[in-house]
Amino acid sequence: MDVVELSRIQFASTTLFHFLFVPLSIGLAFIIAIMETMYVVKKDDKYKKMAKFWGHIFLINFAVGVVTGILQEFQFGMNWSEYSRFVGDVFGAPLAIEALLAFFLESTFLGLWIFGWDRLPKWVHALCIWLVSLGTIFSAFFILSANSFMQHPVGEVLQNGRLEMNDFLAIMTNGQLWVEFPHTVFGSFATGALFIVGISAIALLRKKHVAFYKGSFKVAIVVALISGIGIALSGHEQALYLVETQPMKMAASEGLWEDSADPAPWTVFANIDTEAKENSGELKIPYVLSFLSYGEFSGSVEGMNSLQERYTELYGPGNYIPPVKTTFWSFRVMTVLGGAVLALSIWGAYLYARKKLVTSKWYLRIMIVAISFPFIGNSAGWIMTEIGRQPWVVFGYMKTEDAVSAGVTAGEVLFSLITFSALYLILFAVMITLFVREIKKGPEHDIEETEPIADPFTKEGQHAFS
Amino acid sequence: MLSLNEFWFILVAVLFVGFFFLEGFDFGVGIASKFVAKDDLERRAFINSIGPYWDANEVWLITAIGAMFAAFPNWYASMLSGFYLCFAFILFGLIGRGVAFEFRGKADHPTWRKTWDWVILFGSIIPPLVFGIMFTALIQGVPIDENMHMHAGISDVINVYTVLGGVTLTMLCVWHGLIFGTLRLMDTLRERCRRAAKSLLPINAILLVAFLGMTFFKTDMFSVHGNILEYLFMVGILVYIASGYFITRKRDGWAFLMSGLIMILLIASVFIGLFPRVMISSISEAYSLTVQSASSGDYSLKVMTYISLALLPFVLGYQIWSYYVFRKRVDHKEHMEY
Repeated sequence: MDVVELSRIQFASTTLFHFLFVPLSIGLAFIIAIMETMYVVKKDDKYKKMAKFWGHIFLINFAVGVVTGILQEFQFGMNWSEYSRFVGDVFGAPLAIEALLAFFLESTFLGLWIFGWDRLPKWVHALCIWLVSLGTIFSAFFILSANSFMQHPVGEVLQNGRLEMNDFLAIMTNGQLWVEFPHTVFGSFATGALFIVGISAIALLRKKHVAFYKGSFKVAIVVALISGIGIALSGHEQALYLVETQPMKMAASEGLWEDSADPAPWTVFANIDTEAKENSGELKIPYVLSFLSYGEFSGSVEGMNSLQERYTELYGPGNYIPPVKTTFWSFRVMTVLGGAVLALSIWGAYLYARKKLVTSKWYLRIMIVAISFPFIGNSAGWIMTEIGRQPWVVFGYMKTEDAVSAGVTAGEVLFSLITFSALYLILFAVMITLFVREIKKGPEHDIEETEPIADPFTKEGQHAFS
Repeated sequence: MLSLNEFWFILVAVLFVGFFFLEGFDFGVGIASKFVAKDDLERRAFINSIGPYWDANEVWLITAIGAMFAAFPNWYASMLSGFYLCFAFILFGLIGRGVAFEFRGKADHPTWRKTWDWVILFGSIIPPLVFGIMFTALIQGVPIDENMHMHAGISDVINVYTVLGGVTLTMLCVWHGLIFGTLRLMDTLRERCRRAAKSLLPINAILLVAFLGMTFFKTDMFSVHGNILEYLFMVGILVYIASGYFITRKRDGWAFLMSGLIMILLIASVFIGLFPRVMISSISEAYSLTVQSASSGDYSLKVMTYISLALLPFVLGYQIWSYYVFRKRVDHKEHMEY
């Protein structure tokens, strides 16, 4: 394998791994903030217990998210130095702002939140977790603005042999960003919500701490329901935008070789032959692709063959068709799971409202499995987005094969790939073990009486500058 | 008037200085928790003393790297790919350390805790050691060709001078961390930190003098920026003597200020010595990356300047506030989070 392939495997594995934790952190921080706010407003200790219990799990997850995220800031330079040179003028800014605005916010206020239960007034403490949540959302916004630039470059000009920024506002208002960002954040809220729902389901099936877990379920299912609707709506917006800006990705995610009929049918599944550039055994639903692409029941969608011709004229000879099967199937996995999340949330909210939740054994069992749905859906969505953009790393400007580091050897990449993978596997195993431990300990575990707050200046010799 | 390029060079330097000032004592506390603490409770006191801060302190590094990327893409690209394995090791260290703090206290099995203690130790030694090696190699000069690509052999990165730089920085972190311990810990732990910091005084003095001596011969820093560096060197000697005085007199706050100043002077000198270059080519002076040749365009720098100037007061404000909130010493007889 060469440096390009190894670097791609490394980027894919470290980023997908990182993105298991990120959405859970974004989702849990938001839900915990809601729980703690309810504690402050309703003065009911039940909610404090919730914030603390889910907080423990959040912290374990957050730690792994943070450390796997550090690597992200470095690996563009380490493995993709030519990319960094070429787009740094535009791409570096959102990363720097992300660090300055988001990372400081979440890390500082998380420290205050963890250690501040007894030291801060209740509402200030609740404000801390809201600021953590805001930090995680800012972080998503700025990193997605960087990603959106790769999908759909705006606010840039090609000069001095590289891309230079000439309109920052355009980068912040990139249409791609404003469909990608809500979709990702709703997906993250759903990840946190279904996690809480699933863990609560396990406890409810065993009839443990029923009141506590029912309460947690209630908060989470509301978030899940809103997120589920948000995912569907923002996903639809994203598809409309995709047809306009990256028709090749759309065509690949549909396995569409020739231009479609008008109105365009949606392919549920197909046996794709990328050699012969044709499909067999297709199952199609009429009108649906037209609706997905244009929001109406008419209109033809351009196929890969005619796009390939168009791109060859535009960008010179080369293969502009991404790996079709991966794009096609990851899109289907994502949409099916997204639909399932919405359906299960509606069902759960219905059962809760009818007070049938605790007796609905099948629903609870399904929700345990459904913990995995958002995780798989998130990953599939990113696989589709990034694989579907190939061969480009920055659409229309730079191909992935030209982006890799010039001075780095395959051996070096292989070494770091193997070591990081091993490290990540260990992290993952430890994290799961700790999750199970925390969950087994249950919500009653750490209700310790608050300690009296000693006046820091009473004891002699305690002043820093004495 | 300061050009934008110069301003951003200073800002990147300030972020690295801030990182070593803050995370420097975190690293030191991490190392000291292995050697100065005698039992699990004391070890936990050490870890809790940096508990609320270490994550935010580490963000200084992330921000420094992010600022480098935004303002000097060529510097970022050449340095991170050129020092590939160095950065890989730094990342292993930071990753292990970060989770170790969080994971260690989650179970009380002795083997579990001991394992994470080792991770904390190595995770606290590797980053300053490798950063020290890398910064020293940077001022010594590394083979960079006309396309800004760095092709370093092992001896360009690892040699007597660079290793001395790495060890010096690591030992300074230990010392800085111990003095931080005198501020945040109590009773016997506090005493032990102070004693250990005192006993490091002569060792670190020798390391610093040896490092500065070698820097005089191995780099062009003193011929390029002789005056200012000699001046800083004098200040450094005074500060170091003062630190010894304050440690002996148990004026811990002042001692911490002095150890912090030493850290600031050292890292700042590295950046002053580099300027106006950001990476020195050992092949030809013409191939060196400079604040001009490595930087982003004016528009991008201007946007980043506005944004960072608008955000920095808030960031500094709430970080200082968080130190104020946790001004109380860690008492290992009370409840501890980690």
